[in-house]
Amino acid sequence: MTISPSKKKEKIDRLAETAARDDERGVSLWQEAFRRLRRNPAAIIGTVILALFVLVALVGPLLVPHAPDAQLWKGEVRLGDFPGPRAENWFGTDQLGRDEFSRMIVGARQTLLVGIVATLIGLAVGSLIGGVAGAAAGLGGRWGRAIDNVLMRFIDMLLAMPSLLLAISIAALLGAGLTTVMIAVGVVSVPVFARLLRGSMIAQSNSDYVLAATSLGVKKPKIALTHVVPNSLAPVIVQATLTLATAIIEAAALSFLGLGNNDASIPEWGVMLADAQPYLDSAPRLAILPAVAIIITALGFTLLGEAMREALDPKLRK
Amino acid sequence: MALLEVEDLSVTFARRGQRTVHAVDGVSFSVDAGEVVGLVGESGCGKSVTSLAIMGLLPKQPGLAVGGKAVFDGTDLLQLDDRSRRDIRGRDIAMIFQDPLSSLNPVIPIGLQVTEVLTRHRGMKGAAAEKEAAELLDRVGIPDPRRRLKEYPHQLSGGMRQRALIAMAVACQPRLLIADEPTTALDVTIQAQILELLKGLVRDSDTALLMITHDLGVVAGMCDTVNVLYAGRVVETARRRPLFREPRHPYTVGLLGSVPRLDAGRGERLNAIPGSVRDVLPWPDGCAFAPRCERRVDACVGEPPALVLAHHGRSYRCVNPAPVAGYAPGDDVRAVVPTQAQPGSVPAQAVPDDPPTVPGLGPAPREEESA
Repeated sequence: MTISPSKKKEKIDRLAETAARDDERGVSLWQEAFRRLRRNPAAIIGTVILALFVLVALVGPLLVPHAPDAQLWKGEVRLGDFPGPRAENWFGTDQLGRDEFSRMIVGARQTLLVGIVATLIGLAVGSLIGGVAGAAAGLGGRWGRAIDNVLMRFIDMLLAMPSLLLAISIAALLGAGLTTVMIAVGVVSVPVFARLLRGSMIAQSNSDYVLAATSLGVKKPKIALTHVVPNSLAPVIVQATLTLATAIIEAAALSFLGLGNNDASIPEWGVMLADAQPYLDSAPRLAILPAVAIIITALGFTLLGEAMREALDPKLRK
Repeated sequence: MALLEVEDLSVTFARRGQRTVHAVDGVSFSVDAGEVVGLVGESGCGKSVTSLAIMGLLPKQPGLAVGGKAVFDGTDLLQLDDRSRRDIRGRDIAMIFQDPLSSLNPVIPIGLQVTEVLTRHRGMKGAAAEKEAAELLDRVGIPDPRRRLKEYPHQLSGGMRQRALIAMAVACQPRLLIADEPTTALDVTIQAQILELLKGLVRDSDTALLMITHDLGVVAGMCDTVNVLYAGRVVETARRRPLFREPRHPYTVGLLGSVPRLDAGRGERLNAIPGSVRDVLPWPDGCAFAPRCERRVDACVGEPPALVLAHHGRSYRCVNPAPVAGYAPGDDVRAVVPTQAQPGSVPAQAVPDDPPTVPGLGPAPREEESA
């Protein structure tokens, strides 16, 4: 197969353009990773899904046709027979005569909020523990090893418990509610971030540029901050994206179990899924719609996360 | 007294259930100000471990022991505490590594990495540090240094990266520079430029340079004195010319003989030393090179060969060295390398200029090299 001359020329032009752009200012590792990301179809699909999701979550509630908690079609609800999809209710109504489409849209905001806040909690706490442990392990010495040991054994304890069980315990302890779900799901993701950052930092501590910096007399805390941590962040960022997916699923699971949002006026996909259970035979769409929404959102985060992993992996770089 | 005197340096790795490995075994050499000293040997012979031991950069782990002395300007580097060691590193002694890409932090700009040293040892900050960093890059031959300071390592070519690393190493005008295979990762034209740069830096500032390499071409172009290392021991020490003209230790002979030559005929085989230093682990009690040696005799086994002092500050550890008589300077080295091992027989040889073996003595005082 031969490349047509015009295509070839186009390619060369593009390369020249890129080179010229590079010339003007430094292109960091992140900028280069972003460029690779843009070429990955999985990343594009993931980003489109997430952009739609975020858009719906942000502006959707302002545009919904009906109030999500108004039982406008209560009169039409019969046992085992709720109004199905039609012009005024695109997704039909639920068992209480509320517009299912409006509830789905408004529920997106809750889901996004829970996912992001829970992930941020896990990221912040996990990175703090992992960063301190990683730096302590890198410093070495009796104290360094001791600090690393204590922190990591604590993380091992968290990790030893099945994540959903741990989340349920925390939720039971704090009482049902949206904040509870965020904290519970966040705590569950702490060990992953802590171990990831620590492991990554220890691996980087053995790298040549750390040896080179050491050979120039740079002090260890400075090396940890300027050399080790920035190089250890890539896997953590990837993990954060992937954790958003699991956080959404876990939050839905907690809501499904009745530990989530107890304010009936605010719809949430997990709660909707749980509420749809008794009507699986008469109105399966009430379960299928929120389930599909959860799956698509999680898929979007996963696609983007995996694409980022590839883009940031130094082994896969050209 | 020389600037750096390494005496009887040893590094051992002990592991439970395994034989202790003497990675470096009684290595002694010295480096003077303004002098380029080569540490030559194949992979696995202890070159890098020697340099890391001098710098105190070997990982602190159980089973790893460093012995002997490395006296730098009157202080034994091996006895220093961590703090004084850190103060010396980068300021008085600096190191240049083999792989410039992996020795630079990929996620921060070059400028930050150069100013880091200036801040640490010279207390420079902000614009002053940046100005000095630009001047350093300029001095090591990086064009447009202001712009390069803002760039990341992957945007620089291999040669530029090594120049940047050299700039970091010479930022505080160290008195000793240790270069661990500084050109191995570079192609030949760049290699020549980097060596030229190092030579210039040494000449201009009277810096001592310890050059660690396996490349005899580098040695021929750079070093004043050469120490040939094998299996953690210095097997031969000589000024550059005598070493190339009349190598005494069979290992040196083999190394020189294995250099590919342009004038070799097409299809002619390269002369490699059979085997590898790692094939014969654990290294035998006697001469570690004996299993691969073509001049092996009975006396090679048992005790490590003692240091033999020869004229012109030369020394070697071999009981059956290559003869010097019988060929004139400039002759093809391979012409005098025996082609057949003759175990059990000591070939008759005339070695008139060698004093008798003096076990346990350091190298004789260096004499002027005969031109």
